[in-house]
Amino acid sequence: MTPVATTFFFYFLAFMAIVSAIAVITRRNPVHAALSLIVTLLSLAGFYLMLYAPFVAAVQIVLYAGGIVVLFLFVIMLINLEQNIREYQFNKQWIVGTLAAMALGGLLLFVFRQGRDAFPPVFYQGFRTLEGYNTQQIGIALYGQYMFPFEIASLLLLVAIVGAVVMAKKRI
Amino acid sequence: MLDAITGYLNSGTTPGEYGSIFWATIYILVITIGISLAVIAMNWLERKILAHMQIRLGPMRVGPHGLLQPFADALKLLIKEDIIPEEADKLVFWSAPVVVTMTAFTTFLVVPFGRTHAVTDMNIGVLFMLGISSLGVLGIIMAGWSSNSHYPLMGSLRSSAQMVSYEIAMGLAIVSAVLMTSLQTGTGTLSMIGIVEAQNAQQTWFIFKFFPLGFIAFGVFAIAMVAETNRAPFDLPEAESELVAGFHTEYSGFRWSLFFLAEYAAMLAVSSIAVTLWLGGWMRPFPNFLSGPAWETAFSFIPALALFVLAGMCLLGTVRMPKIPQMRVQTVGLGIFGTLLGLVGLVLLVPAVRERVQDIFWFVTKVAFFMYLYIWYRGTFPRYRFDQLMKVGWKVLLPIGLAVLIATAMVGLYPELAAAVVGVVQ
Repeated sequence: MTPVATTFFFYFLAFMAIVSAIAVITRRNPVHAALSLIVTLLSLAGFYLMLYAPFVAAVQIVLYAGGIVVLFLFVIMLINLEQNIREYQFNKQWIVGTLAAMALGGLLLFVFRQGRDAFPPVFYQGFRTLEGYNTQQIGIALYGQYMFPFEIASLLLLVAIVGAVVMAKKRI
Repeated sequence: MLDAITGYLNSGTTPGEYGSIFWATIYILVITIGISLAVIAMNWLERKILAHMQIRLGPMRVGPHGLLQPFADALKLLIKEDIIPEEADKLVFWSAPVVVTMTAFTTFLVVPFGRTHAVTDMNIGVLFMLGISSLGVLGIIMAGWSSNSHYPLMGSLRSSAQMVSYEIAMGLAIVSAVLMTSLQTGTGTLSMIGIVEAQNAQQTWFIFKFFPLGFIAFGVFAIAMVAETNRAPFDLPEAESELVAGFHTEYSGFRWSLFFLAEYAAMLAVSSIAVTLWLGGWMRPFPNFLSGPAWETAFSFIPALALFVLAGMCLLGTVRMPKIPQMRVQTVGLGIFGTLLGLVGLVLLVPAVRERVQDIFWFVTKVAFFMYLYIWYRGTFPRYRFDQLMKVGWKVLLPIGLAVLIATAMVGLYPELAAAVVGVVQ
Protein backbone atom coordinates (compact mmCIF):
# COMPACT_ATOMS: atom_id res chain seq x y z
CA MET A 1 0.00 0.00 0.00
CA THR A 2 1.34 3.40 -0.96
CA PRO A 3 1.66 6.01 1.77
CA VAL A 4 -1.32 8.33 1.95
CA ALA A 5 0.77 11.21 3.24
CA THR A 6 2.24 12.53 0.03
CA THR A 7 4.48 15.49 -0.56
CA PHE A 8 1.48 17.40 -1.84
CA PHE A 9 -0.19 17.14 1.56
CA PHE A 10 2.95 18.35 3.29
CA TYR A 11 3.18 21.48 1.16
CA PHE A 12 -0.57 22.06 1.37
CA LEU A 13 -0.56 21.84 5.16
CA ALA A 14 2.60 23.94 5.40
CA PHE A 15 1.04 26.61 3.20
CA MET A 16 -2.14 26.62 5.32
CA ALA A 17 -0.18 26.75 8.56
CA ILE A 18 2.05 29.63 7.46
CA VAL A 19 -0.69 31.73 5.86
CA SER A 20 -2.99 31.35 8.85
CA ALA A 21 -0.15 31.96 11.30
CA ILE A 22 0.63 35.22 9.51
CA ALA A 23 -3.07 36.08 9.65
CA VAL A 24 -3.04 35.49 13.42
CA ILE A 25 -0.60 38.35 13.95
CA THR A 26 -1.75 40.69 11.20
CA ARG A 27 -5.52 40.68 11.74
CA ARG A 28 -6.65 43.65 13.81
CA ASN A 29 -9.85 41.89 14.78
CA PRO A 30 -9.05 39.45 17.62
CA VAL A 31 -11.84 37.06 16.64
CA HIS A 32 -10.39 36.70 13.14
CA ALA A 33 -6.97 36.17 14.70
CA ALA A 34 -8.31 33.42 16.97
CA LEU A 35 -10.09 31.73 14.06
CA SER A 36 -6.85 31.81 12.04
CA LEU A 37 -5.09 30.29 15.03
CA ILE A 38 -7.51 27.38 14.83
CA VAL A 39 -6.59 26.82 11.17
CA THR A 40 -2.91 26.82 12.18
CA LEU A 41 -3.54 24.30 14.94
CA LEU A 42 -5.55 22.06 12.62
CA SER A 43 -2.76 22.11 10.03
CA LEU A 44 -0.31 21.14 12.77
CA ALA A 45 -2.63 18.25 13.67
CA GLY A 46 -2.38 17.23 10.01
CA PHE A 47 1.43 17.24 10.33
CA TYR A 48 1.24 14.97 13.36
CA LEU A 49 -0.92 12.60 11.35
CA MET A 50 1.70 12.62 8.58
CA LEU A 51 4.32 11.71 11.18
CA TYR A 52 2.20 8.69 12.15
CA ALA A 53 1.38 10.12 15.56
CA PRO A 54 -2.44 9.98 15.48
CA PHE A 55 -2.82 10.33 19.24
CA VAL A 56 -0.93 13.62 19.34
CA ALA A 57 -3.00 14.84 16.40
CA ALA A 58 -6.26 13.97 18.17
CA VAL A 59 -5.12 15.59 21.39
CA GLN A 60 -4.11 18.67 19.44
CA ILE A 61 -7.64 18.92 18.02
CA VAL A 62 -9.46 18.11 21.27
CA LEU A 63 -7.40 20.32 23.57
CA TYR A 64 -6.16 23.21 21.47
CA ALA A 65 -8.63 23.67 18.66
CA GLY A 66 -11.67 22.43 20.57
CA GLY A 67 -10.88 23.59 24.07
CA ILE A 68 -8.35 26.35 24.50
CA VAL A 69 -9.18 28.46 21.46
CA VAL A 70 -12.87 28.15 22.30
CA LEU A 71 -12.04 29.68 25.69
CA PHE A 72 -10.03 32.40 23.89
CA LEU A 73 -13.04 33.19 21.75
CA PHE A 74 -15.28 33.09 24.81
CA VAL A 75 -13.19 35.82 26.44
CA ILE A 76 -12.69 37.84 23.26
CA MET A 77 -16.43 38.01 22.64
CA LEU A 78 -16.90 39.70 26.00
CA ILE A 79 -14.49 42.51 25.10
CA ASN A 80 -15.73 45.63 23.39
CA LEU A 81 -14.22 44.98 20.00
CA GLU A 82 -15.03 48.17 18.08
CA GLN A 83 -13.05 50.27 20.53
CA ASN A 84 -10.06 47.94 20.40
CA ILE A 85 -9.89 48.00 16.62
CA ARG A 86 -10.03 51.80 16.42
CA GLU A 87 -7.45 52.36 19.12
CA TYR A 88 -4.03 53.54 18.01
CA GLN A 89 -1.34 51.06 18.96
CA PHE A 90 1.28 53.19 20.71
CA ASN A 91 3.79 50.64 21.97
CA LYS A 92 6.11 50.00 19.05
CA GLN A 93 7.42 46.52 19.69
CA TRP A 94 8.15 45.42 16.17
CA ILE A 95 11.93 45.82 16.53
CA VAL A 96 12.08 43.60 19.58
CA GLY A 97 9.61 41.22 17.93
CA THR A 98 11.69 40.92 14.77
CA LEU A 99 14.84 40.31 16.79
CA ALA A 100 13.15 37.62 18.88
CA ALA A 101 11.71 35.93 15.80
CA MET A 102 15.09 35.97 14.05
CA ALA A 103 16.81 34.56 17.13
CA LEU A 104 14.26 31.76 17.34
CA GLY A 105 14.58 31.07 13.62
CA GLY A 106 18.37 30.97 13.95
CA LEU A 107 18.13 28.57 16.84
CA LEU A 108 15.82 26.25 14.90
CA LEU A 109 18.14 26.32 11.87
CA PHE A 110 21.13 25.57 14.11
CA VAL A 111 19.35 22.64 15.75
CA PHE A 112 18.31 21.31 12.37
CA ARG A 113 21.86 21.56 10.98
CA GLN A 114 23.43 19.96 14.06
CA GLY A 115 20.90 17.20 14.47
CA ARG A 116 20.18 16.45 10.82
CA ASP A 117 21.47 12.89 11.18
CA ALA A 118 18.82 12.19 13.79
CA PHE A 119 16.11 12.62 11.14
CA PRO A 120 15.72 9.47 9.03
CA PRO A 121 15.98 10.22 5.30
CA VAL A 122 12.92 8.16 4.36
CA PHE A 123 10.18 8.65 6.87
CA TYR A 124 7.15 6.55 6.32
CA GLN A 125 8.64 3.12 5.73
CA GLY A 126 9.51 1.87 9.19
CA PHE A 127 7.10 4.02 11.13
CA ARG A 128 3.97 2.72 9.57
CA THR A 129 3.81 -0.35 11.77
CA LEU A 130 4.11 1.80 14.85
CA GLU A 131 1.01 3.80 13.97
CA GLY A 132 -1.36 1.07 15.09
CA TYR A 133 0.04 1.07 18.62
CA ASN A 134 0.80 4.77 18.93
CA THR A 135 -1.81 5.46 21.64
CA GLN A 136 -0.97 2.35 23.62
CA GLN A 137 2.73 3.15 23.54
CA ILE A 138 2.17 6.70 24.73
CA GLY A 139 0.03 5.35 27.57
CA ILE A 140 2.61 2.78 28.59
CA ALA A 141 5.42 5.34 28.45
CA LEU A 142 3.49 7.96 30.44
CA TYR A 143 2.39 5.61 33.20
CA GLY A 144 5.54 3.50 33.20
CA GLN A 145 8.84 5.16 32.46
CA TYR A 146 7.69 8.75 32.90
CA MET A 147 5.30 8.21 35.79
CA PHE A 148 7.00 10.71 38.09
CA PRO A 149 7.29 13.67 35.66
CA PHE A 150 3.71 12.99 34.60
CA GLU A 151 2.45 13.20 38.17
CA ILE A 152 4.51 16.37 38.76
CA ALA A 153 2.90 17.95 35.70
CA SER A 154 -0.57 17.03 36.91
CA LEU A 155 0.24 18.47 40.33
CA LEU A 156 1.26 21.70 38.62
CA LEU A 157 -2.09 21.77 36.84
CA LEU A 158 -3.89 21.17 40.12
CA VAL A 159 -2.05 24.11 41.67
CA ALA A 160 -3.07 26.24 38.69
CA ILE A 161 -6.72 25.23 39.12
CA VAL A 162 -6.69 25.98 42.84
CA GLY A 163 -4.97 29.29 42.17
CA ALA A 164 -7.59 30.27 39.59
CA VAL A 165 -10.40 29.43 42.03
CA VAL A 166 -8.75 31.42 44.82
CA MET A 167 -8.27 34.45 42.55
CA ALA A 168 -11.78 34.30 41.10
CA LYS A 169 -13.68 33.74 44.35
CA LYS A 170 -13.89 36.72 46.67
CA ARG A 171 -15.01 34.66 49.62
CA ILE A 172 -14.07 31.01 49.92
CA MET B 1 -14.77 -4.81 -12.74
CA LEU B 2 -17.09 -7.42 -11.28
CA ASP B 3 -14.11 -9.24 -9.81
CA ALA B 4 -12.96 -6.03 -8.13
CA ILE B 5 -16.38 -5.52 -6.58
CA THR B 6 -16.81 -9.07 -5.32
CA GLY B 7 -13.17 -9.13 -4.27
CA TYR B 8 -13.76 -6.22 -1.97
CA LEU B 9 -17.14 -7.47 -0.73
CA ASN B 10 -15.62 -10.83 0.20
CA SER B 11 -12.55 -9.32 1.86
CA GLY B 12 -14.43 -8.55 5.07
CA THR B 13 -12.59 -5.29 5.73
CA THR B 14 -13.40 -1.61 5.78
CA PRO B 15 -12.33 0.49 2.78
CA GLY B 16 -9.64 2.06 4.98
CA GLU B 17 -8.04 -1.30 5.73
CA TYR B 18 -8.53 -2.46 2.15
CA GLY B 19 -6.78 0.70 0.96
CA SER B 20 -9.34 1.50 -1.70
CA ILE B 21 -10.14 5.17 -2.29
CA PHE B 22 -12.96 4.18 -4.67
CA TRP B 23 -14.81 2.18 -2.02
CA ALA B 24 -14.15 4.83 0.60
CA THR B 25 -15.79 7.41 -1.67
CA ILE B 26 -18.79 5.17 -2.19
CA TYR B 27 -19.13 4.57 1.55
CA ILE B 28 -18.86 8.31 2.25
CA LEU B 29 -21.55 9.07 -0.34
CA VAL B 30 -23.87 6.38 1.00
CA ILE B 31 -23.38 7.51 4.59
CA THR B 32 -23.92 11.18 3.71
CA ILE B 33 -27.13 10.41 1.85
CA GLY B 34 -28.23 8.03 4.61
CA ILE B 35 -27.65 10.63 7.32
CA SER B 36 -29.52 13.27 5.34
CA LEU B 37 -32.45 10.89 4.88
CA ALA B 38 -32.33 10.03 8.57
CA VAL B 39 -32.48 13.74 9.42
CA ILE B 40 -35.51 14.15 7.18
CA ALA B 41 -37.16 11.16 8.84
CA MET B 42 -36.25 12.52 12.28
CA ASN B 43 -37.82 15.85 11.42
CA TRP B 44 -41.11 14.16 10.60
CA LEU B 45 -40.93 11.72 13.52
CA GLU B 46 -40.12 14.44 16.03
CA ARG B 47 -43.07 16.57 15.04
CA LYS B 48 -45.37 13.57 14.91
CA ILE B 49 -44.25 12.01 18.21
CA LEU B 50 -44.22 15.33 20.06
CA ALA B 51 -47.69 16.01 18.73
CA HIS B 52 -48.97 12.63 19.91
CA MET B 53 -47.35 13.15 23.31
CA GLN B 54 -49.26 16.42 23.59
CA ILE B 55 -52.47 14.84 22.23
CA ARG B 56 -52.34 16.68 18.92
CA LEU B 57 -52.29 15.33 15.41
CA GLY B 58 -49.15 17.00 14.14
CA PRO B 59 -48.59 17.52 10.41
CA MET B 60 -51.46 15.89 8.51
CA ARG B 61 -51.92 17.90 5.33
CA VAL B 62 -48.87 17.35 3.10
CA GLY B 63 -49.03 13.73 2.06
CA PRO B 64 -50.60 10.91 4.06
CA HIS B 65 -50.14 11.62 7.77
CA GLY B 66 -47.85 14.50 6.81
CA LEU B 67 -45.21 12.14 5.38
CA LEU B 68 -44.14 14.66 2.75
CA GLN B 69 -44.00 17.56 5.22
CA PRO B 70 -40.18 17.51 5.64
CA PHE B 71 -39.74 17.64 1.87
CA ALA B 72 -42.11 20.57 1.66
CA ASP B 73 -40.18 22.29 4.44
CA ALA B 74 -36.87 21.64 2.72
CA LEU B 75 -38.21 23.08 -0.53
CA LYS B 76 -39.54 26.11 1.32
CA LEU B 77 -36.16 26.68 2.99
CA LEU B 78 -34.29 26.34 -0.30
CA ILE B 79 -36.34 28.97 -2.12
CA LYS B 80 -36.48 31.40 0.79
CA GLU B 81 -34.60 34.68 0.55
CA ASP B 82 -31.09 34.39 1.95
CA ILE B 83 -30.68 37.34 4.30
CA ILE B 84 -27.26 38.44 5.53
CA PRO B 85 -27.43 41.28 8.06
CA GLU B 86 -25.83 44.53 6.88
CA GLU B 87 -23.50 44.82 9.88
CA ALA B 88 -22.58 41.13 9.98
CA ASP B 89 -19.04 39.90 9.53
CA LYS B 90 -19.69 38.44 6.07
CA LEU B 91 -16.92 35.85 5.81
CA VAL B 92 -17.44 34.41 9.29
CA PHE B 93 -21.20 34.57 8.90
CA TRP B 94 -20.93 32.68 5.64
CA SER B 95 -18.56 30.00 6.89
CA ALA B 96 -20.21 29.26 10.26
CA PRO B 97 -22.97 26.93 8.92
CA VAL B 98 -20.40 25.21 6.71
CA VAL B 99 -18.15 24.54 9.70
CA VAL B 100 -21.04 23.19 11.77
CA THR B 101 -22.26 20.90 9.00
CA MET B 102 -18.82 19.65 8.06
CA THR B 103 -17.85 18.78 11.62
CA ALA B 104 -21.16 17.01 12.19
CA PHE B 105 -20.74 14.87 9.07
CA THR B 106 -17.00 14.23 9.40
CA THR B 107 -17.52 12.31 12.64
CA PHE B 108 -19.30 9.58 10.69
CA LEU B 109 -15.97 8.59 9.08
CA VAL B 110 -15.22 6.29 11.99
CA VAL B 111 -18.72 5.21 13.02
CA PRO B 112 -18.87 1.42 12.60
CA PHE B 113 -22.27 0.48 11.23
CA GLY B 114 -20.92 -3.05 10.99
CA ARG B 115 -17.63 -4.90 11.00
CA THR B 116 -17.08 -3.91 7.39
CA HIS B 117 -19.46 -0.96 7.27
CA ALA B 118 -17.25 1.91 8.39
CA VAL B 119 -15.32 4.21 6.09
CA THR B 120 -12.17 3.52 8.04
CA ASP B 121 -11.06 2.28 11.42
CA MET B 122 -8.71 4.63 13.19
CA ASN B 123 -6.51 3.78 16.10
CA ILE B 124 -7.85 6.95 17.73
CA GLY B 125 -11.50 6.49 16.71
CA VAL B 126 -13.26 7.74 19.85
CA LEU B 127 -10.84 10.62 20.34
CA PHE B 128 -11.33 11.59 16.71
CA MET B 129 -15.09 11.72 17.17
CA LEU B 130 -14.76 13.75 20.37
CA GLY B 131 -12.30 16.13 18.77
CA ILE B 132 -14.27 16.75 15.63
CA SER B 133 -17.54 17.19 17.51
CA SER B 134 -15.81 19.63 19.86
CA LEU B 135 -14.95 21.66 16.77
CA GLY B 136 -18.68 22.01 16.17
CA VAL B 137 -18.90 24.52 19.00
CA LEU B 138 -16.62 26.77 16.95
CA GLY B 139 -19.24 27.03 14.25
CA ILE B 140 -21.82 28.00 16.83
CA ILE B 141 -19.54 30.67 18.29
CA MET B 142 -18.74 31.97 14.82
CA ALA B 143 -22.44 32.15 13.97
CA GLY B 144 -23.31 33.94 17.18
CA TRP B 145 -20.50 36.43 17.03
CA SER B 146 -20.65 37.26 13.33
CA SER B 147 -24.39 37.98 13.42
CA ASN B 148 -23.52 41.15 15.33
CA SER B 149 -26.70 41.04 17.34
CA HIS B 150 -27.47 40.51 21.00
CA TYR B 151 -29.52 37.32 21.07
CA PRO B 152 -27.14 35.28 18.91
CA LEU B 153 -24.17 36.47 20.97
CA MET B 154 -25.87 35.44 24.21
CA GLY B 155 -26.82 32.13 22.66
CA SER B 156 -23.33 31.33 21.50
CA LEU B 157 -21.80 32.37 24.84
CA ARG B 158 -24.14 29.99 26.60
CA SER B 159 -23.46 27.31 24.08
CA SER B 160 -19.69 27.49 24.37
CA ALA B 161 -19.80 27.47 28.18
CA GLN B 162 -22.18 24.53 28.15
CA MET B 163 -20.33 22.44 25.61
CA VAL B 164 -16.92 23.02 27.17
CA SER B 165 -18.17 21.97 30.60
CA TYR B 166 -20.10 18.91 29.49
CA GLU B 167 -17.26 17.69 27.29
CA ILE B 168 -15.30 16.90 30.47
CA ALA B 169 -17.98 14.68 31.98
CA MET B 170 -18.43 13.06 28.58
CA GLY B 171 -14.72 12.40 28.26
CA LEU B 172 -14.52 10.82 31.72
CA ALA B 173 -17.42 8.50 30.93
CA ILE B 174 -15.75 7.51 27.66
CA VAL B 175 -12.43 6.82 29.40
CA SER B 176 -14.09 4.44 31.82
CA ALA B 177 -15.55 2.52 28.88
CA VAL B 178 -12.14 2.51 27.17
CA LEU B 179 -10.62 1.13 30.38
CA MET B 180 -12.99 -1.81 30.14
CA THR B 181 -11.61 -2.73 26.72
CA SER B 182 -8.19 -3.34 28.26
CA LEU B 183 -9.37 -6.13 30.56
CA GLN B 184 -8.72 -9.04 28.21
CA THR B 185 -5.67 -8.01 26.27
CA GLY B 186 -3.75 -5.81 28.68
CA THR B 187 -3.83 -2.77 26.41
CA GLY B 188 -7.10 -1.09 25.62
CA THR B 189 -8.10 0.46 22.36
CA LEU B 190 -9.71 3.69 21.20
CA SER B 191 -10.71 2.27 17.83
CA MET B 192 -14.49 2.08 17.43
CA ILE B 193 -14.35 -1.35 15.82
CA GLY B 194 -11.90 -2.53 18.46
CA ILE B 195 -14.25 -1.44 21.24
CA VAL B 196 -17.16 -3.43 19.81
CA GLU B 197 -14.91 -6.43 19.30
CA ALA B 198 -13.75 -6.15 22.91
CA GLN B 199 -17.39 -6.30 24.02
CA ASN B 200 -17.81 -9.35 21.81
CA ALA B 201 -14.73 -10.98 23.32
CA GLN B 202 -15.86 -10.22 26.89
CA GLN B 203 -19.34 -11.57 26.14
CA THR B 204 -21.13 -8.54 27.52
CA TRP B 205 -22.18 -5.04 26.59
CA PHE B 206 -20.17 -2.53 28.57
CA ILE B 207 -23.38 -1.08 30.02
CA PHE B 208 -23.73 -4.33 32.03
CA LYS B 209 -20.03 -4.67 32.80
CA PHE B 210 -19.15 -4.34 36.52
CA PHE B 211 -22.78 -3.55 37.25
CA PRO B 212 -23.60 -0.78 38.16
CA LEU B 213 -20.34 0.94 37.09
CA GLY B 214 -20.88 0.59 33.37
CA PHE B 215 -24.46 1.68 33.76
CA ILE B 216 -23.50 4.83 35.69
CA ALA B 217 -20.84 5.77 33.15
CA PHE B 218 -23.41 5.26 30.44
CA GLY B 219 -25.86 7.45 32.34
CA VAL B 220 -23.30 10.25 32.67
CA PHE B 221 -22.63 10.04 28.96
CA ALA B 222 -26.33 9.92 28.10
CA ILE B 223 -26.95 13.14 30.04
CA ALA B 224 -23.81 14.88 28.78
CA MET B 225 -24.59 14.04 25.17
CA VAL B 226 -27.95 15.80 25.36
CA ALA B 227 -26.21 18.92 26.66
CA GLU B 228 -23.48 18.53 24.04
CA THR B 229 -25.98 18.62 21.19
CA ASN B 230 -27.92 21.57 22.68
CA ARG B 231 -31.16 19.65 22.90
CA ALA B 232 -34.02 19.93 25.37
CA PRO B 233 -33.88 20.06 28.39
CA PHE B 234 -30.44 21.65 27.89
CA ASP B 235 -31.36 23.75 24.86
CA LEU B 236 -30.42 27.04 26.49
CA PRO B 237 -28.38 28.29 23.50
CA GLU B 238 -31.61 28.44 21.52
CA ALA B 239 -34.14 28.92 24.29
CA GLU B 240 -36.90 30.53 22.26
CA SER B 241 -38.65 32.12 25.23
CA GLU B 242 -35.48 34.02 26.16
CA LEU B 243 -33.27 34.31 23.08
CA VAL B 244 -35.66 34.10 20.07
CA ALA B 245 -33.66 31.34 18.39
CA GLY B 246 -30.26 31.67 20.01
CA PHE B 247 -27.17 31.57 17.85
CA HIS B 248 -29.03 31.17 14.55
CA THR B 249 -31.52 34.00 15.02
CA GLU B 250 -30.13 35.96 12.07
CA TYR B 251 -29.91 32.99 9.72
CA SER B 252 -32.58 32.23 7.19
CA GLY B 253 -33.29 29.89 4.33
CA PHE B 254 -30.61 27.48 3.25
CA ARG B 255 -28.04 28.54 5.84
CA TRP B 256 -30.51 27.95 8.62
CA SER B 257 -31.34 24.53 7.21
CA LEU B 258 -27.63 23.68 7.37
CA PHE B 259 -27.72 24.37 11.11
CA PHE B 260 -30.77 22.17 11.39
CA LEU B 261 -29.07 19.39 9.44
CA ALA B 262 -25.94 19.69 11.58
CA GLU B 263 -27.88 19.56 14.84
CA TYR B 264 -29.58 16.31 13.92
CA ALA B 265 -26.41 14.84 12.41
CA ALA B 266 -24.58 15.64 15.65
CA MET B 267 -27.36 13.93 17.62
CA LEU B 268 -26.94 10.85 15.45
CA ALA B 269 -23.16 11.01 15.91
CA VAL B 270 -23.17 11.14 19.71
CA SER B 271 -25.86 8.44 19.81
CA SER B 272 -23.59 6.25 17.69
CA ILE B 273 -20.75 6.83 20.16
CA ALA B 274 -23.03 5.72 23.00
CA VAL B 275 -24.20 2.67 21.05
CA THR B 276 -20.65 1.70 20.12
CA LEU B 277 -19.20 2.14 23.57
CA TRP B 278 -21.93 0.71 25.76
CA LEU B 279 -24.59 -1.04 23.73
CA GLY B 280 -22.48 -3.43 21.72
CA GLY B 281 -22.41 -1.50 18.44
CA TRP B 282 -23.53 -3.62 15.53
CA MET B 283 -23.89 -6.86 17.52
CA ARG B 284 -27.32 -8.46 17.57
CA PRO B 285 -28.92 -9.20 20.95
CA PHE B 286 -27.56 -12.27 22.78
CA PRO B 287 -24.88 -13.44 20.35
CA ASN B 288 -23.49 -15.58 23.20
CA PHE B 289 -26.59 -17.36 24.56
CA LEU B 290 -28.52 -17.71 21.33
CA SER B 291 -25.60 -18.72 19.13
CA GLY B 292 -25.47 -21.34 16.42
CA PRO B 293 -26.52 -21.40 12.77
CA ALA B 294 -30.24 -21.75 13.52
CA TRP B 295 -30.33 -18.61 15.65
CA GLU B 296 -28.11 -16.81 13.12
CA THR B 297 -30.63 -17.49 10.39
CA ALA B 298 -33.56 -16.61 12.62
CA PHE B 299 -32.04 -13.26 13.61
CA SER B 300 -31.07 -12.44 10.03
CA PHE B 301 -34.77 -12.41 9.10
CA ILE B 302 -35.59 -9.68 11.62
CA PRO B 303 -34.65 -6.66 9.42
CA ALA B 304 -36.99 -7.86 6.68
CA LEU B 305 -39.70 -8.65 9.24
CA ALA B 306 -39.41 -5.16 10.75
CA LEU B 307 -39.93 -3.61 7.32
CA PHE B 308 -42.86 -5.94 6.67
CA VAL B 309 -44.47 -4.79 9.92
CA LEU B 310 -44.01 -1.16 8.88
CA ALA B 311 -45.43 -1.92 5.45
CA GLY B 312 -48.36 -3.71 7.05
CA MET B 313 -49.07 -0.70 9.26
CA CYS B 314 -49.01 1.58 6.21
CA LEU B 315 -51.38 -0.69 4.28
CA LEU B 316 -53.68 -0.91 7.31
CA GLY B 317 -53.69 2.89 7.35
CA THR B 318 -54.56 2.85 3.66
CA VAL B 319 -57.57 0.64 4.32
CA ARG B 320 -58.69 2.79 7.24
CA MET B 321 -58.45 6.09 5.31
CA PRO B 322 -61.80 7.89 5.02
CA LYS B 323 -63.44 6.97 1.73
CA ILE B 324 -63.99 10.50 0.45
CA PRO B 325 -62.73 11.99 -2.83
CA GLN B 326 -60.58 14.60 -1.03
CA MET B 327 -58.50 11.86 0.60
CA ARG B 328 -58.05 9.76 -2.53
CA VAL B 329 -54.56 11.05 -3.41
CA GLN B 330 -53.41 10.56 0.16
CA THR B 331 -54.78 7.02 0.26
CA VAL B 332 -53.00 6.08 -2.94
CA GLY B 333 -49.80 7.72 -1.69
CA LEU B 334 -49.85 5.80 1.58
CA GLY B 335 -50.52 2.59 -0.34
CA ILE B 336 -47.52 3.24 -2.58
CA PHE B 337 -45.32 4.05 0.43
CA GLY B 338 -46.37 0.83 2.17
CA THR B 339 -45.71 -1.18 -0.97
CA LEU B 340 -42.25 0.39 -1.30
CA LEU B 341 -41.42 -0.54 2.30
CA GLY B 342 -42.62 -4.07 1.59
CA LEU B 343 -40.46 -4.28 -1.55
CA VAL B 344 -37.39 -3.13 0.42
CA GLY B 345 -38.25 -5.84 2.96
CA LEU B 346 -38.38 -8.39 0.12
CA VAL B 347 -34.91 -7.29 -1.06
CA LEU B 348 -33.65 -7.81 2.49
CA LEU B 349 -34.77 -11.46 2.29
CA VAL B 350 -32.16 -12.25 -0.40
CA PRO B 351 -29.48 -14.29 1.44
CA ALA B 352 -26.47 -12.24 0.24
CA VAL B 353 -28.12 -8.96 1.25
CA ARG B 354 -29.47 -10.47 4.47
CA GLU B 355 -26.01 -11.46 5.66
CA ARG B 356 -24.51 -8.04 4.99
CA VAL B 357 -27.34 -5.84 6.17
CA GLN B 358 -28.18 -7.23 9.57
CA ASP B 359 -25.34 -5.56 11.47
CA ILE B 360 -26.38 -2.20 9.98
CA PHE B 361 -29.94 -2.95 11.04
CA TRP B 362 -29.02 -3.60 14.67
CA PHE B 363 -26.81 -0.52 14.83
CA VAL B 364 -29.49 1.70 13.33
CA THR B 365 -32.12 0.25 15.64
CA LYS B 366 -30.05 1.08 18.71
CA VAL B 367 -29.36 4.59 17.42
CA ALA B 368 -33.07 5.01 16.67
CA PHE B 369 -33.82 4.19 20.30
CA PHE B 370 -31.61 7.10 21.34
CA MET B 371 -33.26 9.41 18.86
CA TYR B 372 -36.61 8.46 20.34
CA LEU B 373 -35.20 9.27 23.78
CA TYR B 374 -34.20 12.71 22.52
CA ILE B 375 -37.77 13.39 21.42
CA TRP B 376 -39.12 11.93 24.64
CA TYR B 377 -36.89 14.24 26.72
CA ARG B 378 -38.09 17.19 24.73
CA GLY B 379 -41.70 16.25 25.35
CA THR B 380 -41.16 15.55 29.05
CA PHE B 381 -38.60 17.77 30.76
CA PRO B 382 -38.85 21.52 31.29
CA ARG B 383 -35.79 23.55 30.34
CA TYR B 384 -33.06 23.95 32.93
CA ARG B 385 -31.99 27.35 34.19
CA PHE B 386 -28.42 28.22 33.25
CA ASP B 387 -27.02 28.01 36.79
CA GLN B 388 -28.77 24.67 37.26
CA LEU B 389 -27.19 23.47 34.04
CA MET B 390 -23.71 24.44 35.22
CA LYS B 391 -24.39 22.87 38.60
CA VAL B 392 -25.41 19.58 37.02
CA GLY B 393 -22.36 19.59 34.79
CA TRP B 394 -19.68 20.51 37.30
CA LYS B 395 -21.03 19.39 40.65
CA VAL B 396 -22.91 16.24 39.73
CA LEU B 397 -21.72 14.70 36.48
CA LEU B 398 -18.02 15.51 36.84
CA PRO B 399 -17.56 13.97 40.35
CA ILE B 400 -19.67 10.95 39.41
CA GLY B 401 -17.64 10.49 36.24
CA LEU B 402 -14.37 10.68 38.18
CA ALA B 403 -15.61 8.27 40.83
CA VAL B 404 -16.80 5.78 38.22
CA LEU B 405 -13.48 6.03 36.41
CA ILE B 406 -11.50 5.27 39.58
CA ALA B 407 -13.91 2.53 40.63
CA THR B 408 -13.72 0.91 37.19
CA ALA B 409 -9.94 0.93 37.31
CA MET B 410 -9.97 -0.60 40.80
CA VAL B 411 -12.48 -3.31 39.96
CA GLY B 412 -10.64 -4.08 36.73
CA LEU B 413 -7.36 -4.48 38.57
CA TYR B 414 -8.97 -6.31 41.49
CA PRO B 415 -6.70 -9.41 41.40
CA GLU B 416 -3.52 -7.31 41.30
CA LEU B 417 -4.82 -4.95 43.97
CA ALA B 418 -5.81 -7.83 46.25
CA ALA B 419 -2.42 -9.47 45.78
CA ALA B 420 -0.67 -6.19 46.62
CA VAL B 421 -2.76 -5.70 49.76
CA VAL B 422 -2.08 -9.27 50.86
CA GLY B 423 1.63 -8.73 50.20
CA VAL B 424 1.67 -5.57 52.33
CA VAL B 425 -0.19 -7.26 55.17
CA GLN B 426 2.21 -10.18 55.19
